[in-house]
Amino acid sequence: MNSEQSIAAKQITSDFRTVGGPHGSSRHTLEKKLNRWGWGFVSMSIVLISVFVFFPMIAALIMSFQTGKGVNMHFGGLTNYIRLFHDQTVAKALGNTFIYLIFQVPIMLILALIISVILNDKNLKGRTFFRVAIFLPCITSLVSYSLIMKNIFSNDGIFNQLLSHIGLSPILWTTDSFWAKVLIILSITWRWTGYNMIFYLSGLQGIEPSIYEAAEIDGANSFQKMIHMTVPLLKPIILFTTITSTIGTLQLFDEVQNITKGGPANGTVTISQYIYNLCFKYTPNFGYASAVAFIVVVLIVFLSLIQMKIGGKENQ
Amino acid sequence: MKKKKSLSILKYFFMIIVSFISIFPFLWMIISATNDAREITAVKLTFGTHLVENLRNLFHSDLNFGASLGYSTFIAVITTVLALLISSVAGYGFEIFRSKARDRVFNILLLSMMVPFCALMIPLYRMFGAVGKTGLTGIGLNTLISVIAPYVCTAFLIFFFRQNTKSFPKDILEAARIDGLNETRIFFHMYMPVMKSSYAAGAIITFMSSWNNYLWPLVALQDPQKRTVPLILSAMGSSYTPDYGMIMAGIVIATLPTGFLFFMMQKQFVAGMIGSVK
Repeated sequence: MNSEQSIAAKQITSDFRTVGGPHGSSRHTLEKKLNRWGWGFVSMSIVLISVFVFFPMIAALIMSFQTGKGVNMHFGGLTNYIRLFHDQTVAKALGNTFIYLIFQVPIMLILALIISVILNDKNLKGRTFFRVAIFLPCITSLVSYSLIMKNIFSNDGIFNQLLSHIGLSPILWTTDSFWAKVLIILSITWRWTGYNMIFYLSGLQGIEPSIYEAAEIDGANSFQKMIHMTVPLLKPIILFTTITSTIGTLQLFDEVQNITKGGPANGTVTISQYIYNLCFKYTPNFGYASAVAFIVVVLIVFLSLIQMKIGGKENQ
Repeated sequence: MKKKKSLSILKYFFMIIVSFISIFPFLWMIISATNDAREITAVKLTFGTHLVENLRNLFHSDLNFGASLGYSTFIAVITTVLALLISSVAGYGFEIFRSKARDRVFNILLLSMMVPFCALMIPLYRMFGAVGKTGLTGIGLNTLISVIAPYVCTAFLIFFFRQNTKSFPKDILEAARIDGLNETRIFFHMYMPVMKSSYAAGAIITFMSSWNNYLWPLVALQDPQKRTVPLILSAMGSSYTPDYGMIMAGIVIATLPTGFLFFMMQKQFVAGMIGSVK
């Protein structure tokens, strides 16, 4: 993308240079005028993003070195960052987040990939129905679907009653730490598989069917075609969905807050939720909460770099 | 031949199961909205007669669901209008008036997409708190402006409009300039009408994320009298004895606008989601 951008940039700047025609001075004034217009068009966005993202970001960094309750804050050096290493809840939240990352993201993306490969088959009957049905969860708000899931999987909810109906013992979805995590993973997968499917489908439409036909003549089965052709061809899109899902998981809040409240005993708590609790549930400690938030910042930057590196290397 | 047939049956079986799992929670939501709490606990899978009662409970509860519908609509509509205007002007500016310096600024703006919201919410909360204390009560915490302002310009939308502007025919710009049109007129009278479908797609994603937003309104609107729809639903769901008939009716209402947008404008809906990747 970057090289594409720079190529386009060269092209357009050269376009502008020729606009003024052979007369050097008029070309110069036009360029100057257009340059002023350019800054005029983008200035509002620069101001707004600075005020609502970059300035708060710097404020959070400064705050993370301050201690104190509520509004009375003073410089505290590395106190907050040292405290991070002894904080059981931080360890728990990080552990939970990594469990979600390791299990939920791959399960969802593989499922989305399989579904989109099946849907891409023009001979499949009812394609539109399947596509709409699987995409449908994306129209719900995170709070709404969390509450629906909470109801379906409550201790005396429909799922457990179904289990006991077929002779199995009910599962304590929200009161058992292991099953509560399973419930969160199931819920997120339900909500986002269709979303990722749309990206894969649009990628698959760009692949020539003749490539697959050639492979079939060579005797490749569905699994081989998937591993050796579809996955490499969709590489940039798979990478994109992996990055967005990872960043989303690192910021998980709505689902956990509404399904389990982080419980039982912090069994499902996430970093965002701990930050929220530090600020608005317990006695506000904005300094320490900012330090916790910087864990997420560092993780997002770090994981994005790794993923870009992996993607870049294997592309060559 | 036989192997192929059994494989295709397996495919249909798989797709039907996945579709069923995707749709079932919707069916459950709609059916439960017509049943009372006791029938829901008893897993009644048929439509009941309690829809009107559930709606009445919903609108007459002291959580003021009716007012929250108004707040949410106002916030989502104003956010969408402002975000589309500001971000499309910026996306247009970065693409049409390309320069090395502006490309560098654009890349810096893109970095803001990597900033997690959990790191921003504390300083934003304190910022709006401080502004409110100076006497400008209209833009402090607990105001609708505090919910709207951080979302009126996002790097994502600027990027989206910049990508879409690449398909805008640039030779008509020269013609317009020669005709003496100034740059703002070109933008409003030529660019905007041509890019209608991009605006539709951008409007859908912005409206939807604003309508469904939870964390920032939860932080900014601490006053229980000023809550958006997701906040009310969440509060109802976390009570000790949640009335699921009423909650499901509320969820149905909360899902109607996004569901309507999806079924009416499926093409733009999908374009809005993937438009920025291509």
